[in-house]
Amino acid sequence: MSDATEITIDDLKRIMRESAGEDESIDLDGDILEVPFAELGYDSLALLEAAGRITREYGVSLRDDELDGVETPRAFLDAVNAALVRV
Amino acid sequence: MSTASAVVTGLGVVAPNGMDTEAYWTAVLDGRSAIAPITRFDASRYPVSLAGEVRDFTAKDHIPSRLLPQTDHMTRLSLYAADKALADSQVDLGGLPEFAAGVSSASTMGGFEFGQRELENLWSKGGQFVSAYQSFAWFYAVNTGQVSIRHGLRGPGSALVTDQAGGLDAVGNARRQIRKGATLMVTGGVDGALCPLGLVGQLTSGELSTSTDPARAYLPFSADADGHVPGEGGAYLVLEEAAAARRRGARVYGELAGYAATFDPGTDGTPRTGLERAIRRALDDAQVRPEQIDVVFADAAAVPDLDRAEAEALAAVFGPRAVPVTAPKNTTGRLYAGGASLDLATALLSIRDGVIPRTPNVEACAPDHPIDLVVGEPRTADIGRALVVARGRGGFNAAAVVRRAS
Amino acid sequence: MNRRVVITGIGAVAPGESGVKKYWELISSGRTATRIISSFDSTAFRSRVAAECDFDPVESGLGQREIRRMDRASQFAVAATREALADSGLDLAHADRERIGVSFGSAVGCTTSMEREYAVLSDGGAEWLVDHDYAITQLYDHFVPSSIAVEVARVAGAQGPVTLVSDGCTSGLDAVGHGADLIREGSADIVVSGGTDAPISPITVACFDAIKATTPRNDEPGQASRPFDATRNGLVLGEGAAVLVLEELEHARRRGATIYAEVAGFGTRCNAYHMTGLRADGTEMAEAIRLALTEARLAPEAIGYVNAHGSSTKQNDRHETAAIKTALGEHAYRVPVSSIKSMIGHSLGAIGALELVACVLAMQYSLIPPTANLHEPDPVCDLDYVPLTAREARVDAVLSVGSGFGGFQSAVVLARPERTAA
Repeated sequence: MSDATEITIDDLKRIMRESAGEDESIDLDGDILEVPFAELGYDSLALLEAAGRITREYGVSLRDDELDGVETPRAFLDAVNAALVRV
Repeated sequence: MSTASAVVTGLGVVAPNGMDTEAYWTAVLDGRSAIAPITRFDASRYPVSLAGEVRDFTAKDHIPSRLLPQTDHMTRLSLYAADKALADSQVDLGGLPEFAAGVSSASTMGGFEFGQRELENLWSKGGQFVSAYQSFAWFYAVNTGQVSIRHGLRGPGSALVTDQAGGLDAVGNARRQIRKGATLMVTGGVDGALCPLGLVGQLTSGELSTSTDPARAYLPFSADADGHVPGEGGAYLVLEEAAAARRRGARVYGELAGYAATFDPGTDGTPRTGLERAIRRALDDAQVRPEQIDVVFADAAAVPDLDRAEAEALAAVFGPRAVPVTAPKNTTGRLYAGGASLDLATALLSIRDGVIPRTPNVEACAPDHPIDLVVGEPRTADIGRALVVARGRGGFNAAAVVRRAS
Repeated sequence: MNRRVVITGIGAVAPGESGVKKYWELISSGRTATRIISSFDSTAFRSRVAAECDFDPVESGLGQREIRRMDRASQFAVAATREALADSGLDLAHADRERIGVSFGSAVGCTTSMEREYAVLSDGGAEWLVDHDYAITQLYDHFVPSSIAVEVARVAGAQGPVTLVSDGCTSGLDAVGHGADLIREGSADIVVSGGTDAPISPITVACFDAIKATTPRNDEPGQASRPFDATRNGLVLGEGAAVLVLEELEHARRRGATIYAEVAGFGTRCNAYHMTGLRADGTEMAEAIRLALTEARLAPEAIGYVNAHGSSTKQNDRHETAAIKTALGEHAYRVPVSSIKSMIGHSLGAIGALELVACVLAMQYSLIPPTANLHEPDPVCDLDYVPLTAREARVDAVLSVGSGFGGFQSAVVLARPERTAA
């Protein structure tokens, strides 16, 4: 388990690729911070799997309400990093 | 319910000895078996170490990246075969009415390798290590759901589990759906559970051969029969309402002319007459007489008692040694829910090319089995109608008749 | 020849005490059978609530060999089958067994036994190369759920078509629909149909945890399942089995059988959208309902009660409400709709059959079971959900709907037997 106190957009891209693959028509390597997950080809199930992977790798659990309304990578990172500070 | 006829307009094969229909068919005609030591895990510690694996399948070459993390190996094979079947049919799904196309698949163990991995995560590390995909990647309906989603098939969908009879029962059910109003069904089975837990489960059936010689491990109807070998793969068929297929000028492999299923509860000393009944009913359903059947693709368990029961049922219906019987499935191993679907595809290819593939590795049919087993070389013959027979553990029997389209 | 299908026997193993009588007492009273999981230590899990059966296999008449041989799901199925066959009054010893079939539903099969045996074979998850020396002889049957249909077929002495239908959470409805099709097409005169599941095991609880489909309301188990309520936050796992003996109408009449209801219509569709997600508008479920009504030759106005899928998840209850409105039009606002999952949880492949038995009983007793725990309806869920207490009403036809992972959407219409008199 990592003891990192922050995850970056690159960490998130890796986690998304591992947990949900990537849509062939989308370039994840571009600037995607504000691009809604739906436009990146990721559904709520993909986010749940990603959140599970983050729990396993970083030892941080996201509360149910913390993923509600998370629609972009930036919001996802903010939620995870806020939780990382908490632990 | 109408009596509309249903024809096969597409075949999608994924087999250990052929990654598509023609490669598989060539291998079968050459008698080329793919049974070999298991490579997917170290099986050397188990009493059974041979299987028919689909070795040339590289998932990322065929399956979208988004689907890889959420699919078991056999679901990937399934998606691949369904793609092939629909492409082969050349149907324009978008041109069909909404809800006109559906999926009817068969299953046995579900996505078992995926399931074993998640069980291991749970039991060795804890509940938080279980994948969000486990809720469907393992379960028995997964192939129907994934194929339906991938191709936008919003008509009737179902997954049937009748052990190894499922490959026929699913197709029989697809015809039922066509008679209830569907235009097209993707149907059949693609299956396999070649992971340690799956193999150990299969061992307890008591029907696997412990031979380590690939040429000796699956010898149906032979005096040396001592069980069979597991495999993975199968086939999907595109089954289409005959008039709709005709209207679009589809190439037709043949008609699913007859189908029946029966059961032998094996209690109170009830005689096990189910297989013979299933065959007779499938013939009645197809309105054909026994002498009109040109070839039988046998269930061929290679378990002596089961072989004897099948041979006797065939002899009772057709007369002793009155019809050619073959079991090229010993080139792939038994594919569980996929096996009988692949046999249906093989039967349709026999009709197309006028040739009966042999049962390789078997030198001669055991003399006490009253059947004309095709061994040695393929036989050339005009084949108008073929019978496919399947059985499942516990008492399931199914039979289907396919015939050249008129 | 138009062959019609009627129900002539029912059986149930539901959360709480076993048997149809106890089941009806529970759901007609508005009490709930949900509690903290007792079958294993669930402390480490997010959702620890379930609706469990107080099932004693010996009391339910199973023999010692049957108990050893069968998973809990098969035991439920066999007990419910015996009750239903006895209820039907069928004389199996003199029946034409070649005309008896089985169509049984299960979503996750023998998962409890599978997991238990996995734990042994892997020594608690330690070994990928599991040790076959510890394999029990029933292992294959625990892995391949057609074994459940085999056990039911043995009880019934069935020699006709026998099938296990595994369409996720619509398995129970689909198995009854499939069974009715077998009779209509002439493949059988009698079909033992139903559904069973015993999913309350660590792996199932964990996989629903992972997608947050189950409720974390562990401090109030009795109020955890709250379909259509604004504060609902997930389903409660259940378990059980139910059986409906289906019979061709003339066959039932000839032997003077008691006819509970006609299986008048069945429809099923895939949403082809998502393995776990639902399209908000419920188009495919609405289409399944329309199909079932068409087969039943009934107008929406003929439906006197809708037994909802009502799983108590945010997305399902909205999806379903939309589908009912699309399919029934204005009548959707007048017809009572309820979800008995509020009381007995969601038993996956069994629930559709348990719900159909509830529909049969609702017609028989002219009493609509309520939606428990519905105190504050979700504004989007604006139908008449029969909150908290059962309602007296004569019902001539009922609609039961279901929705399952894989995208399955199904609907069954049952109608009063009087309709079959003509």
